Amino acid sequence: MNGGACSAGRSRWVEFDSVVSVEIHVQLATESKLFCRCASVYGAQPNTSVCPVCLGLPGSLPVVNREAFELGICAALALSCEVSSICTFDRKNYFYPDLPKSYQITQHYSALGRNGRIEIEDNGGARQIQIDRVHIEEDAGKIVYDETTGESLIDFNRCGVPLLEIVTKPWVTTPEEVYKYLVAIKQVLQYTGVSDCDMEKGNLRCDVNISVMEQGAQEFGTRTEVKNLNSFRAVQKALEYEKKRQIELIRQGKKVVMETLLYDDVSGKTALQRSKEQAQDYRYFPEPDLHPFFISGEWLESVRSKMVELPGARRERFIREYFLPRYDAGVLTGDREIADFFEKCVTLHNSPKVISNWIMGEVMKTLNEKKVSLSDLNLSPAQLVELINLLESGEITNLVAKDVLAAVIETGKSPRDIIAQKGLRQESAEDALRAVVDKVIASNPVPAVEYKKGKKTAAQFLIGQVMKETKGRANPQIVARLVLEALDKAAPENPQK
Amino acid sequence: MTTCFEIARKIRNREVSAVEVVKATLERIRLVDPKIGAYLQVTEKDALEKAQEIDSRLAKGESVGALAGVPIAIKDNIVTKGVRTTAASRILEGFIPPYDATAVKRLRDADAVIVGKTNNDEFAMGSSTENSGYKVTRNPWDLKRVPGGSSGGSAAAVAADTCAAALGSDTGGSIRQPAALCGVVGLKPTYGLVSRYGLITFASSLDQIGPITKDVRDAATIMNIISGRCENDSTSLEAAAQDFTAHLEEKINGIRLGLPKEYFALSADSEVTKAVQDAARLYENLGAKIREVSLPHTDIGIATYYIIANAEASSNLARYTGIHYSSRQTPETGSGSQIFAQDVIDSTRTLFGREVKRRIMLGTFVLSSGYYDAYYIKALKVQTLICRDFEEVFKEVDALITPTSPTPAFGIGENIEDPLAMYLCDVMTVGANLAGIPAISIPCGFSSRGLPIGMQIIGNRLSEGRILQVARAFERETEFHKKKPRIDTDECG
Repeated sequence: MNGGACSAGRSRWVEFDSVVSVEIHVQLATESKLFCRCASVYGAQPNTSVCPVCLGLPGSLPVVNREAFELGICAALALSCEVSSICTFDRKNYFYPDLPKSYQITQHYSALGRNGRIEIEDNGGARQIQIDRVHIEEDAGKIVYDETTGESLIDFNRCGVPLLEIVTKPWVTTPEEVYKYLVAIKQVLQYTGVSDCDMEKGNLRCDVNISVMEQGAQEFGTRTEVKNLNSFRAVQKALEYEKKRQIELIRQGKKVVMETLLYDDVSGKTALQRSKEQAQDYRYFPEPDLHPFFISGEWLESVRSKMVELPGARRERFIREYFLPRYDAGVLTGDREIADFFEKCVTLHNSPKVISNWIMGEVMKTLNEKKVSLSDLNLSPAQLVELINLLESGEITNLVAKDVLAAVIETGKSPRDIIAQKGLRQESAEDALRAVVDKVIASNPVPAVEYKKGKKTAAQFLIGQVMKETKGRANPQIVARLVLEALDKAAPENPQK
Repeated sequence: MTTCFEIARKIRNREVSAVEVVKATLERIRLVDPKIGAYLQVTEKDALEKAQEIDSRLAKGESVGALAGVPIAIKDNIVTKGVRTTAASRILEGFIPPYDATAVKRLRDADAVIVGKTNNDEFAMGSSTENSGYKVTRNPWDLKRVPGGSSGGSAAAVAADTCAAALGSDTGGSIRQPAALCGVVGLKPTYGLVSRYGLITFASSLDQIGPITKDVRDAATIMNIISGRCENDSTSLEAAAQDFTAHLEEKINGIRLGLPKEYFALSADSEVTKAVQDAARLYENLGAKIREVSLPHTDIGIATYYIIANAEASSNLARYTGIHYSSRQTPETGSGSQIFAQDVIDSTRTLFGREVKRRIMLGTFVLSSGYYDAYYIKALKVQTLICRDFEEVFKEVDALITPTSPTPAFGIGENIEDPLAMYLCDVMTVGANLAGIPAISIPCGFSSRGLPIGMQIIGNRLSEGRILQVARAFERETEFHKKKPRIDTDECG
């Protein structure tokens, strides 16, 4: 770092904190849209899941989907919010081609839930991130640009899908911690079935606001808004870049301007969004087509009682009940599907640590390679347990087991069938193995000699060759014993050989 | 005079066929409507098909709906499936709705025959139908005068006997005022009693669909068909189904009727005032108790109405952009240059008429940051005061009697250059919209020029049955509703 401090800028020895607030929009996993009965679909042919209401045709009117509300309430409770007993809606008015009514029905003057929090892991301990509000609103359509014709096309399938907006209070934090916050939110929302939170599918969108201030300062600095963040890592990188940029500006004596920036994942930089001259006046006013919606104490209780065990609680239970290390418990409960899968396996075969190892190892490795989720993978708890049983009983070796797992996933057949079909049973018959050992020693005279000379590791080579010869099916312990026996038995070194 | 009741009865008894009735109606339209201009569209083929279908079911001895074969016209701001619906605006010139409004569907289910779409002020904004983007409608009683608005086409069609009844919509008086000016019956229901699904919205919290008919019984009959809970309209009431014809013929002895003094002060025409006062005397002779009452906030009704209605309208009409339906006006550009969505939106929205643009701008202004509290929120507070005025008054009386319109029909072109003068046509009608309470206008006299005068009866929420009863009591004793306009159908004139 250069030493020189600018006259009007801040000295390079002054440290800065960043203050961030995060705004997430998640699509609720409802069957239908928020204000009409159209199915909430992904990837369907354009404009095939639409109706007069979500298209905003003249004379159409919104009707609230109770299921959407129930999921919203569930999320609000899972995030420890105070849930409003009266929910009202407001119109946010602006013109844009993907917004058929030229207004969005949202909650501005009220919110479904307020003053919530979520816990994230912080260097072995825990930290609470404050959530300002949670509210429900409808999504807009999707604009697709056709390169060949130069036309912009609009697909209204997504229009009217329910969104949950989760907004944090601004807090002094680091980009890395914000990443953890996002992971924690995703986990809670997946667990409660509120949303799949898949940024690739577009059902989770994230915008952030960031400002910097000198450590110890009382007032927050001017913030910028960053959009176009397509993954959690992108959020972190964008915040890192923007934090540096703002600090640099201030150190040079310049001011941070309140503006909206777009993040470019390729360059890793933020840049000004094209012309947004004035602040938009959305002319919010209460939605006259929808009367206030009451959430009774009974309804709240019924949602609460139906709620699943949340990730934090589940993790602690895994440590307690299954005697798993904290790390294992954390990995397994990171994804609800994986946690469910694990518990099903344990009910079939009470070896939690072994099952945990297999899931954290081979299974999750496969998920990462194939870029799928557990539900898309062709593997049942029964199948994994069968495999583990076969391994523990000695019928197959560890090496073979990994191949068998891959084959089960590939073909959907049971481990037993695959072993039988490919003849993968562990070869333990000593006579058969002795024949192979002898053959291998005979074709590899040098290691045998070296072993005699005292180089014990030469035996390893021979053991490896036997395993290779038997395509990994040989029982390694028996092979090792037989090789050593054979070598020890060998004729003493003959100088003429 | 053929009413819905009469036509339905005759068709059910097979005294006349549905096809005969429709043909006669279509013939009457052909003869008379070129002078009146009530219709934007006549759905001849559909009407005849429906009539044929009804006759064939009757021939087989099958049962038919309560309005079987009755020719009904629909105001063009109410969507009709497969039939062009424009709200009398150029911005919806090619719009063909893929669905029926609930009120229309219920009429169809009752086997009514929809004969066409009637003219109105564009997007229901106006009191004379002169704001239509398509044509002028003339008052059948005097072709140089307006039929009132915004449901002027519907009222004129009923008055000219080119349909048995019509649907209109009322936001600030748009059913009642044209009914008064055309000498027919018009009812605005309690807010939420008739579904708004399919009504092209002007002001969400004030709009209602209602019947325009030749007599009170027809209005009650149509209300039976179109009212009631609708699951597509969240503002639709859960109220239990009623038979609005049940108490029509009962005597009104002892009923307490109030005359709000502020309304009579607003009446600009002495003949109008006199006609309504004569009506009050008639009620007294029938055993009603008449007294003067007060609705203190009447004078700020118009201002309150126009702030709330225009605010909601500015948002409700924002969807007309040319992007995803209706007319699109693409701006002129050189070939090869890009056209941006905002340009399409701006260019298309020039298709709105002047009054619509005026109201959108007013509405946008009162909702804008910095003015929202001073205008919109303030207006909502005043609305509460107006509601309270009515609540208080209905503790003392059962219904109110007032003039419907300050004057009889005025000349075409007379008020069109003066928006405020036009707005003042609504002074007596907006109160009921703001309070969400039912009101009916019935013919109660004629001016010295032979123009109809209408009397308004206002009741408390969900008291349609009572105000219909009060209206019917007057109708039983008078012949005003039976008088028909003489429409000169010669080539000249």
